[in-house]
Amino acid sequence: MGLSNMDELSFTDSELDNHVRNALKDAIQGDCDFYNQLVAVIHRKEALVTEEVALLVTCLKAMTGAVSCVHIVHHRSLLAAILSMSLWDYGTDVMDALVELLISLASSNGDYVDLCLEMLVMNFMPPPAHSARGLSRKIQVLDRVHSTLEDISNLVPLTPLRLQKIVRDKMPHIYMKEHVIMIYAENILRLESGVMGELVGSTGLVALMDKLIEFDVEISWEDIVQDDFHKDMFDIELEDLENPVDDIVQDGDELTRDALIQRFLSSNLSAQKLDSLMVLIFEYLKSCSEGGRLVQVFETLLQSFQKTTLTAYKSKFAQFIMFYACSLDPDNCGKMFANALIDIYVSGLNPVWRMSAVAYLASYLARAKFIPISFVAAMLERMVSCCFLYCENQDDNINPKAHKLFYAGCQAIMYVLCFRLKQLLVIPRLKSQLLLMRIDDVLKHHLSPLQVCLLSIVEEFLRLVKENGIFSLPETLVEHGLLESERSRIFGGIERLDMFFPFDPCLLRKCDSYIRPNYVYWSMVRSTYYEDEEAEGTSDEDVAEGDNGMNIPDGRSHGEGDSDGDEIDSSLDKMSITPRDSSHKFGGRMRRFTQMPSKIRPSTSPESL
Amino acid sequence: MAGLEECEANLVVFLHPSKANCASDAILSELSSLLFTYNETFGGVVLAYDPSIRSNLAKIVPGTFPCFGVQLKAKLLLFNPKPDMVLEGEVVKLTPNSIHAVVLGFSSAVIADDDIRDEFKHKVKGGEEVYVSRTHRKHKIKVGAILRFTVKSFDEEILHISGSLLAPHTGGARWLDKNTDEWSRADSTATKRNTDKLLINGDTSMKNDEQIEKPKKRRRQQS
Repeated sequence: MGLSNMDELSFTDSELDNHVRNALKDAIQGDCDFYNQLVAVIHRKEALVTEEVALLVTCLKAMTGAVSCVHIVHHRSLLAAILSMSLWDYGTDVMDALVELLISLASSNGDYVDLCLEMLVMNFMPPPAHSARGLSRKIQVLDRVHSTLEDISNLVPLTPLRLQKIVRDKMPHIYMKEHVIMIYAENILRLESGVMGELVGSTGLVALMDKLIEFDVEISWEDIVQDDFHKDMFDIELEDLENPVDDIVQDGDELTRDALIQRFLSSNLSAQKLDSLMVLIFEYLKSCSEGGRLVQVFETLLQSFQKTTLTAYKSKFAQFIMFYACSLDPDNCGKMFANALIDIYVSGLNPVWRMSAVAYLASYLARAKFIPISFVAAMLERMVSCCFLYCENQDDNINPKAHKLFYAGCQAIMYVLCFRLKQLLVIPRLKSQLLLMRIDDVLKHHLSPLQVCLLSIVEEFLRLVKENGIFSLPETLVEHGLLESERSRIFGGIERLDMFFPFDPCLLRKCDSYIRPNYVYWSMVRSTYYEDEEAEGTSDEDVAEGDNGMNIPDGRSHGEGDSDGDEIDSSLDKMSITPRDSSHKFGGRMRRFTQMPSKIRPSTSPESL
Repeated sequence: MAGLEECEANLVVFLHPSKANCASDAILSELSSLLFTYNETFGGVVLAYDPSIRSNLAKIVPGTFPCFGVQLKAKLLLFNPKPDMVLEGEVVKLTPNSIHAVVLGFSSAVIADDDIRDEFKHKVKGGEEVYVSRTHRKHKIKVGAILRFTVKSFDEEILHISGSLLAPHTGGARWLDKNTDEWSRADSTATKRNTDKLLINGDTSMKNDEQIEKPKKRRRQQS
């Protein structure tokens, strides 16, 4: 047995050094006796007793001195044995000896640099068979891994360049276990905040954001929004995520949509992983903010957002990273984000991305509690002037397809005003700024945005405008019915960007708790408009208890518009300002689009494809 | 320093049509993708570039999408260490079996113990590792000092140099510069003749020590 041979011989350190060197040299010549023993020592990892540990450590140390004799081809098996060792399996003595060897190997020969770096990156994660041995082992391993990476980069200055690629390549895919993904992400963030942060960090951060989108795409809307939900509706804007799912159950088996969504998300693995990953990033952003480096991290995030999230088809959750980052630093990050979005809308190249950008902007300005109202006014001004310049020279009449960007802009303006009008009117300076913006001219233009934009938004907007006595717009729309939905669908295109409100309440439970303090719910806004109506039983509490505040009658006879209508309807309730009871109780006029849309809507309906 | 050379290259940079309104930025980013990688055509690692674009006209190249090719002349700084060249680098780590240095801030160099001449002995003084010459006590190699060594080989992919301290004119750069007589005398005549050939352009006539030393000293100070 190899071990017993080596055990019996008692070497001094320098003797062992020589023996190892000779073993390596002999192996090249063909005499592999001692060399094979060496390999066998390296391979042992199960339940090592003290002597075995000591032997392993001594061998590793001996090899550290002999790296100049190591040959990448002739000593393949030895190298393979060393590089497949996992720090997680050993005590600190072996760990220290092993990392010294790695540093020595990497700095001795260019061939080994990538191999050593790969091994270290793989050590970000515990081996599959590893049983959770607690936090102390994790700290021991990861501290050593990171300090070794730094040591290697001191000796081999181009390390960060190689590491970038390796970190990206070795990232676990989304189907791996949650704890593996999380620990890898933790390590990426640690690299980002470390010495090599400037070089490796931003690539790692971008890779993380890409991973978020991968998860996002995995969670399909069809799973969440089940089409047989015509009857039910959103009573609440999922404000009460704290309630356990069961509380929302009512009348026996009947579950509200909210409950079903929550149930789905809590059973969907991808959603859980995404939730945890986002929370990890949130915490990291908070620590960056405390350390004063949020702005530079934000710049990386913003670039990644523009490249991946903005261009992804209706990202559901990943954008909340930006929201949270902005909330930590409204003056810098918050404004940077909005400015980037409006720049894309005004002067971007790709029309779909431009429409997406303005949808993001509208949803952001409406929902971010932390943005000063004066800034909202400034952004509005830019949007309006962009739309105004566009339509100034247009002779065309209503044409949803040709003037998509214009309609998207108008819809965005109206959406923001639905949320922020009251706040703007309260401050005289902003009120006059608002009145000078020429919103009337834009909305009354013969391109007829009021007839093309999403009906629910338009009606809400007109109602508000009438209530507050500003602008001079028609009180209600002349036409009702199917066509409206048709027109907005046309301008929205295949992607249905007319119904894209990316910062609608986050459906991930853990994330939501971070977002909530900085978030504007429609109910908050609504209550400021209709304080008197609270008494009428349209308050949140009633709604939360599952009161059928607004039951959109089932028997709608719109052929194709149905599924779309449902999707809008179901979310619309939350935005209601009309007393919900009226149409229900009095069987009165059926008003289809009475609510503000406030959910991200997938274009799952076949007719929109 | 040996191994560095400037060259002028005639290049054509092909740019995507979307870059038409920011061509100079695009050119610079294309050129920067060459940095710190070994390039066969130029025969070295590109360390710096200085482009000068002659005209505003570019030829449109037909293809799947039409790229346009911008012609430019660029001055490039190349690094191409060849065996037996003498290079200098800052020592970053010393071990009983090796000396590690970094050349020009980006290239790692290692000298294995087989390549360190016996003159040098590894010691640990006051917690610090140092290589001291047995013959000249003041000749030390410490972390942070500048090391002069000869190139054995150069790994083009990772830009890793394997060096040697066998030759007498290698070691701690500062000591070598101050004490040229010490180490030049240590040279054998054969080595001296060889170095004379390299430096004095093929004049192989034997001169006495002083006359030889002076030109060498002058050249060393000049380089």
